Amino acid sequence: MSTAAASAHALPEAAPAAPALPGLATETRRQRRLAYWQAMPLGLVFLAFFLVPLALTVIVSFWEYNEYEIIPAFTLQNYVDVFEGCLSGGDLCTTFRTYLSTLKFCLLGWAATLTIGFTVAYFVAFHVRSTAMQTVLFLICTIPFWTSNVIRMIAWIPLLGRNGLVNDTLMGLGLIRTPVEGLLYSDFSVVLAIIHLNTVFMIVPIFNSMMRIDRALIEAATDAGATPWQTLWNVIVPLCKPGIAIGSIFVLTLIMGDFVTVGVMGGQQIASVGKVIQVQMSYLQFPAAAANAVVLLGAVMVLIAALTRLIDLRREL
Amino acid sequence: MSRDGPRPFSFYVLAAFFGLFVLFLYGPTLTILVLSFQGPQGGLTFPMNGVSTYWFSRLWAGLGVVDIWAAFRRSFALGLVVMALTVTIALFAGLAFRKGFLGQTPLFYTAVASLIVPSIVVSLGIGLEFRLIDEGIKAFAAWTGWGFLQDHGTVMGLFTSALGAHLTWTLPFGLLIMFAVFNRFNPAYEEAARDLGATGPQSLRHVVVPIILPSLVGVALFGFTLSWDELARTSQAIGGRNTLPLELQGLTTTVTTPEIYALGTVTTGVSLLVIGLAFGTFLLIQRRRARRVTLPGT
Repeated sequence: MSTAAASAHALPEAAPAAPALPGLATETRRQRRLAYWQAMPLGLVFLAFFLVPLALTVIVSFWEYNEYEIIPAFTLQNYVDVFEGCLSGGDLCTTFRTYLSTLKFCLLGWAATLTIGFTVAYFVAFHVRSTAMQTVLFLICTIPFWTSNVIRMIAWIPLLGRNGLVNDTLMGLGLIRTPVEGLLYSDFSVVLAIIHLNTVFMIVPIFNSMMRIDRALIEAATDAGATPWQTLWNVIVPLCKPGIAIGSIFVLTLIMGDFVTVGVMGGQQIASVGKVIQVQMSYLQFPAAAANAVVLLGAVMVLIAALTRLIDLRREL
Repeated sequence: MSRDGPRPFSFYVLAAFFGLFVLFLYGPTLTILVLSFQGPQGGLTFPMNGVSTYWFSRLWAGLGVVDIWAAFRRSFALGLVVMALTVTIALFAGLAFRKGFLGQTPLFYTAVASLIVPSIVVSLGIGLEFRLIDEGIKAFAAWTGWGFLQDHGTVMGLFTSALGAHLTWTLPFGLLIMFAVFNRFNPAYEEAARDLGATGPQSLRHVVVPIILPSLVGVALFGFTLSWDELARTSQAIGGRNTLPLELQGLTTTVTTPEIYALGTVTTGVSLLVIGLAFGTFLLIQRRRARRVTLPGT
């Protein structure tokens, strides 16, 4: 299962074109027809629960609404509302401030998960010698992914709270006199939880990339006189780029759209784009929420485009 | 980097880092596991005020206004349905991608997009979709005047909108695993089956599925656990009756006793049980296979 999970990010091999032998033509056609039927359930699920909802979100974002209902009449007002006050200069408008705050979490979370994820994957892939041990350590890193995120957030309360373990220990050691406020329900706890929950999304693809590296290349680098650092930087890191890219896209998009971690770990006090959408939904302001969702989707797409551009650019150099 | 010889100094540094990471990963969860056995007088933080199962019995009796066990049952049932559908749909989609078909690239990218598009957006979209369906049904009821449609509430629910929301999250994982599986699958086994006169369904049932069974267990594990813990995509697409993670999220702001830790322990216990079951099945299959290989006569 570990190998399946580890290589889960492999792209599908293009199906080889069927040979055009006359006797097999009917069979090939039958197989092709069968393929449509076999792929249909997947296609229908994505159509009904992903593509149509996204299309409806875009459509409804241009609709009017009042306190009671949404009205199918074209308007740009929802988008005007999203960017209200953004062009007047002076203080930042709410939307920009929210995105800036989310961007801060993105950068901090990304830098930390990448550093930790790469180091952990590097240790397991290159320093652990037996395959069985590698599998066990890899699984240790992934098992928490299959348990509840909310529980893993709540679990920080007894550690970071005002009378939590961290404060108690620091006071016991005489390092502080009064408990440190703001360990919990602060930017700090949000970033901590983001790292806690999302590092796995870096470890898995980077580990997968590392396991595909031909060990002879490392040996060649060593034989050519490279120091371990040089091997790491000039051989391993470049070959891990696909894994790093996949992990980065995963982590960044997860943080961008997050509202649960920011909500629970921020004590429902810190703004995030996802939270804005959630609140508007609860007030039944669907077109406003839809407009915000479209803007968020656009921001995520720009981010992914920038990331893929960055990688392709590097490949060309 | 060699596989023998003394360990370099960097090994010990990295091993220590790995150890700290595992502590960071598991430490907090272990803390609430311990604190859920807090004595009746104990609070949300250390020290332990005695050891008891008091908070579990409180939990068993129910958490105030929230019917936590109904949510528990709902989430469990939904998890099982999502698991079954994920395995079935992903398996057949994997078979289809193997053969190749027109439109496979767009479908693949749709699956990847479904994984990457922020959950709140997917959730909002599904919520909107079902609300618009409700509006449509109500308008239709007013237009036709058919009696049985007049009391229409909502089509939104556990096994409609929430099920769909969960599938948009579990199916991409299932599909990616199936790709990994079929990339390594040797088609010679199927050809041999066909040469021996097996029909398509026969070769699927007796050749392909037994060979890839361990991976299907893996897909099932993803299907259940991801559904069991899913929160963001369900949030706007569930209607009135919540799943367990949604109730849990609500409780984080209202419950101030170790009951919430007890609930956490129980929820994590279910997850771990399922993970253990999956690995147990996986090892059992491997062992059986090993035995068959060593005894070719049987």
